[in-house]
Amino acid sequence: MRRLINIRPSRGVAQVLIILPFLLLLLSYNVASTARLAENPQDRLLPSFAAMADAMGGLAFEADSRSGDYLLWVDTGASLLRLAAGVAAGAGVALLLGLLSGLLPVVRASLSPLLAAVAMVPPLAMLPILFIVVGMDETAKIVLIAIGIGPVIARELEGRIREIPIEELIKAQTLGAGTWLILWRVVLPQLLPRLVDAIRLSLGTAWLFLIAAEAIAATEGLGYRIFLVRRYLAMDVILPYVAWITLLAWLTDFALRRLNARLFPWLGLERGEGEQR
Amino acid sequence: MIRSALVVLLPIVLLAASGCAQERPRFTLAWSIYVGWMPWEFADATGILDRWAERYGIEIDVVQVNDYIESINQYTAGQFDAVTATNMDILSIAAASGVDTTALIVGDYSNGNDVVMLRDAQELAAIEGRRVHLVELSVSHYLLAQALESVGLSERDVTLVNTADADMVGAWAGGGVPAMVTWNPMANEILAAADAHAVFDSSMTPGEILDLTLVRTEILEANPDLGRALVGAWYETIALMMDVQRSDEVLSHMAAASGTDLAGYQRQLETTRLFESAAVAVDFVRSDAPRTTMERVAEFSFEHDLLGSGASGPGFVGIEFADGSVWGNENNVKLRFTDRFMNMAVEDAL
Repeated sequence: MRRLINIRPSRGVAQVLIILPFLLLLLSYNVASTARLAENPQDRLLPSFAAMADAMGGLAFEADSRSGDYLLWVDTGASLLRLAAGVAAGAGVALLLGLLSGLLPVVRASLSPLLAAVAMVPPLAMLPILFIVVGMDETAKIVLIAIGIGPVIARELEGRIREIPIEELIKAQTLGAGTWLILWRVVLPQLLPRLVDAIRLSLGTAWLFLIAAEAIAATEGLGYRIFLVRRYLAMDVILPYVAWITLLAWLTDFALRRLNARLFPWLGLERGEGEQR
Repeated sequence: MIRSALVVLLPIVLLAASGCAQERPRFTLAWSIYVGWMPWEFADATGILDRWAERYGIEIDVVQVNDYIESINQYTAGQFDAVTATNMDILSIAAASGVDTTALIVGDYSNGNDVVMLRDAQELAAIEGRRVHLVELSVSHYLLAQALESVGLSERDVTLVNTADADMVGAWAGGGVPAMVTWNPMANEILAAADAHAVFDSSMTPGEILDLTLVRTEILEANPDLGRALVGAWYETIALMMDVQRSDEVLSHMAAASGTDLAGYQRQLETTRLFESAAVAVDFVRSDAPRTTMERVAEFSFEHDLLGSGASGPGFVGIEFADGSVWGNENNVKLRFTDRFMNMAVEDAL
């Protein structure tokens, strides 16, 4: 009797299995939606796929009657720009703080506990405070994202630095390297791929912050549009927007993974990631 | 002998009792904190509503929902039988979604509760070119449209910044807001600042923003007792608010429940034209005012795509008025104004 643990689906079967749950979800949505629409054709809660395609088509390919913009692209552009700026700012500061805190015991003693505390403050609870302190324009949103992901990435990097074998640092010192040279030539190159990974993993939080910030005060953006149309239950816009955001998030995740693989292939080899169970 | 009798009888009695309890129709009313809807909280907390419900052999659960729009969304989704809402929001959210709704009680209209404010400017015309912070597509947006029209401007002359109502006061305090439209009590708080000036408010377009208590039409038709109980409880509460001897106590209760003090609540009441009796409300509903207002509200909603992508024109959702006349699509009447139940209160027929 073959053990379940040893049964591996063949390639074809595996591909079908990947698609199957999504298909089932879409099917059950369709059934529920049709049932609701049969009862009340104007129902907006579970729009049909045709209605959603219509709405999205309008947002993507027709200029808005009042502003002349193609709303989907304007929203996407604005959101991605804020996300990129926020992540860049947050990761940049995190890199600096993480490096210093991980390498220099003097800095670590004071900064590490502070970073740990800040990382544990629930981000959305900080939101109202940040709005009052920093205001409600673009800077505020970028700062929000940066503060949301910065401390977590900094702590992650600090931890990674401490994982670097002490022998490497001693070797560099015996060869005559000073602190800054070690930081620049030994630690930083090893840290960069892990930074990319840390960014990749905190993208979810960054999106959360972005949407929350846009929901509170904005003139365009994906989160802005979702919360705006929520006012009149336009699920035919909300559901596709959420799907679109998910797609964007998946694409950025994929892109960052490939970036890591291309720029720092040695990391994968080091970890032995070539093998798959 | 007695024990065996009890063993047999007790379950039967309990079953019968629970069966009786289940026979009572249960209804739910959702409300959110706003000066015009605090009477529901009072009626619920002091047992007035329970007494009225008891009288007709029904049960009415009153649920406070934190988010006003969410309460209307939930009503539209079928979670609540009745809800408190403004005429504009019920049209664009519930009626446009096909939920046939009746305005059981017209409680009041905003008479200065919604305000357009400018920083360091006293004239409405100075709003041109400014960034205006408001809750987009809400009554604030509607008020702004009226305000802009009154000085010959349009929405293209300003930039709208959608801001959550909970953050209005904080946003103004932050300093980067040149113009804002919001409602009380936030408006009052902001106007306390030296650089904030009110340049337009709903008292300049009275009778436009109506605060209503609405019930699903099919439920109301099938259970008119629900309408009677709600109307009876409402006007009993309103009478208490108007009663000179008890009003301070009643208003203090409402003030506390809405997170302010007596003076603050009374200030909010000053800018609300509360219909102090059923007779006044019936007069209003029978007048031309609801029709004129709803026409404008429907046009605004249509222009801003609030009626949904399937809407062919402002009259997409038919609206019926107290005299039975219909504005808009007669085959798609989803919002109905009626004086039927409020009239019962006038004639003491409850």
